[in-house]
Amino acid sequence: MTTSELTLPQVRKEPRRPRRVMGAGKQLHAGPVTYIVLTVFALVSLAPLVWTAIAASRTDRRLAETPPPLWFGGNLFKNMQAAWDQAGLGTAMFNSTVVAGTITVATVLFSTLAGFAFAKLRFRFSSALLLLTIGTMMIPPQLAVVPLYLWMSDLGWSNQLQTVILPTLVTAFGTFFMRQYLVQALPTELIEAARVDGASSLRVVWHVVFPAARPAMAVLGLLTFVFAWNDFLWPIIALNQQNPTVQVALNSLGTGYVPDQAVIMAGALLGTLPLLIAFILFGKQIVGGIMQGAIKG
Amino acid sequence: MTSSKQALAHPASSAEAAPGTPPGAARGAQGRGTPPAGPDSWRSRLYRWDMKASPYAFIAPFFVIFGAFSLVPLLYTAWYSLHNVQLSSLDTQTWAGLDNYKNLLSSDFFWNALKNTFTIGLISTVPQLMAAIGLAHLLNYRLRGSTIWRVVMLTPYATSVAAATLVFTLLYSWDGGMINWLLHFVGVDPVNWRESDWGSQFAVSSIVIWRWTGYNALIYLAAMQAIPTDLYESASLDGANRWQQFRHVTIPQLRPTILFTVVVSTIGATQLFGEPLLFGGVSGSKGGSEHQYQTLGLYMYDQGWIIGNLGKASAIAWSMFLILVVIAAVNMLLTRRLRKSQ
Repeated sequence: MTTSELTLPQVRKEPRRPRRVMGAGKQLHAGPVTYIVLTVFALVSLAPLVWTAIAASRTDRRLAETPPPLWFGGNLFKNMQAAWDQAGLGTAMFNSTVVAGTITVATVLFSTLAGFAFAKLRFRFSSALLLLTIGTMMIPPQLAVVPLYLWMSDLGWSNQLQTVILPTLVTAFGTFFMRQYLVQALPTELIEAARVDGASSLRVVWHVVFPAARPAMAVLGLLTFVFAWNDFLWPIIALNQQNPTVQVALNSLGTGYVPDQAVIMAGALLGTLPLLIAFILFGKQIVGGIMQGAIKG
Repeated sequence: MTSSKQALAHPASSAEAAPGTPPGAARGAQGRGTPPAGPDSWRSRLYRWDMKASPYAFIAPFFVIFGAFSLVPLLYTAWYSLHNVQLSSLDTQTWAGLDNYKNLLSSDFFWNALKNTFTIGLISTVPQLMAAIGLAHLLNYRLRGSTIWRVVMLTPYATSVAAATLVFTLLYSWDGGMINWLLHFVGVDPVNWRESDWGSQFAVSSIVIWRWTGYNALIYLAAMQAIPTDLYESASLDGANRWQQFRHVTIPQLRPTILFTVVVSTIGATQLFGEPLLFGGVSGSKGGSEHQYQTLGLYMYDQGWIIGNLGKASAIAWSMFLILVVIAAVNMLLTRRLRKSQ
């Protein structure tokens, strides 16, 4: 609906977007003030995370004292161990890996297929269906959770991982993201050539589309993994502390499951660590993906 | 699947229609759509069937899963909102008409939640987007280590709502909290962030701002890099300084992107849930002792899963949806006005 109205102008702009538009040589050099302000932004971005690690290395009693600790203490591993055992973070990390991994593979696969169809194939209602896809991003997850909860209880699936995997196997964002990428990145002549050779659609997908889409598939995979790892509303309704994902375990920590603040901080740190590592390794690709997609997941 | 249908689906005039064009037509020797003669014919029929069906097969997984787990539930939620559905007795669901909605409209908690959602949405979205535009402007300069700056600004996005809120709750604690300790240096008395009205709403908003500013900055940055340089060149020829260029070239060029981020942030703000839930600690679903930061999302969770009235929760969910539809309609009208007035 509105979202589409707003995005379509961007869509059309896409082919003109290559970086040379603003030639690197013509970009203004940053002065010292720019660096100072950016450093302030960077400190605000990082300080809460660094302080999580500081708090996680202290004791509960120390955290209640004034002034708050500003440097690391010696209890980091003890607290992490406690979070791992008491708050079920071990199970939670395993579960989240399974859930986010499955969702990522499915989303990337299905989004590439649908994105390819929307980008390069002609079929009835294709533009209406694309608008519908974009419009679905407006629907809050709250609109689905009551029936999903009732169905899952009927099926006897409460507290099982498939309840949180199944509803999230595709995203409208992923489909739109792959469409945007393939419109430019996949030359129509390449598909034509394969067709002339008599290749079936599946062969075209396997030998032409997937190789062309690979960079975007990797980025979409990273973005989807972050989204799935951090998904909150439906998991805390569908699962409980018996079989939690990381966010469910953190929610239990926040609602008094373990009263020790240092252990809670260790849990928050552990639960974020896999994504922080991913950001250190693939930060450049994730940033590129967000700038390419320019749509909130 | 006759050849004439095939021809209709792929007008011959468009030479670029190749993905759907049968091999015979692509070779151009035979008339368009004419199946190659001989023993090949069943293959070409299969081929054409493949051409026609495959686009639908490729979009099917998305629409099947979306339909089953979003669209159908959306309608069921409407159905349940007209019923009395209690968590304790799921087997007896009785027709309630509009009772759940009437109940909501006469409930102070609903209006309170609506007001809080609006206030928190406003004080989290406006500063966030303004800071993001400023940050994007800075990131658009030629920087040493530009990638590292961008990744650093995005790290809050890697932190989940739950992890971020747990940390901020501790930072905002009344005594011994980092923020009150820092404030005492500038002579501010300790603020009871959890209990006070504006304090708790500010604290919840600050978590949202922290997590999303960098993300939005990258979206603005992408749009800024697409602005043609000659616009700036002609502006500077006209004697515009940097601030005037930012004001009269950058901002107008960003307008579609700004509208887009406003819409997306509004959708996000309407469903705000995790931050106030965890900020509240043990009785988080109430949104504070006076419900001072209970949002609509939180109110729905509280009514549905803490109190156990799923019918009412469904009615709240649909109210959220209706509010979004109204906002979308207003936004569409405004956009159209803006376009006409230009």
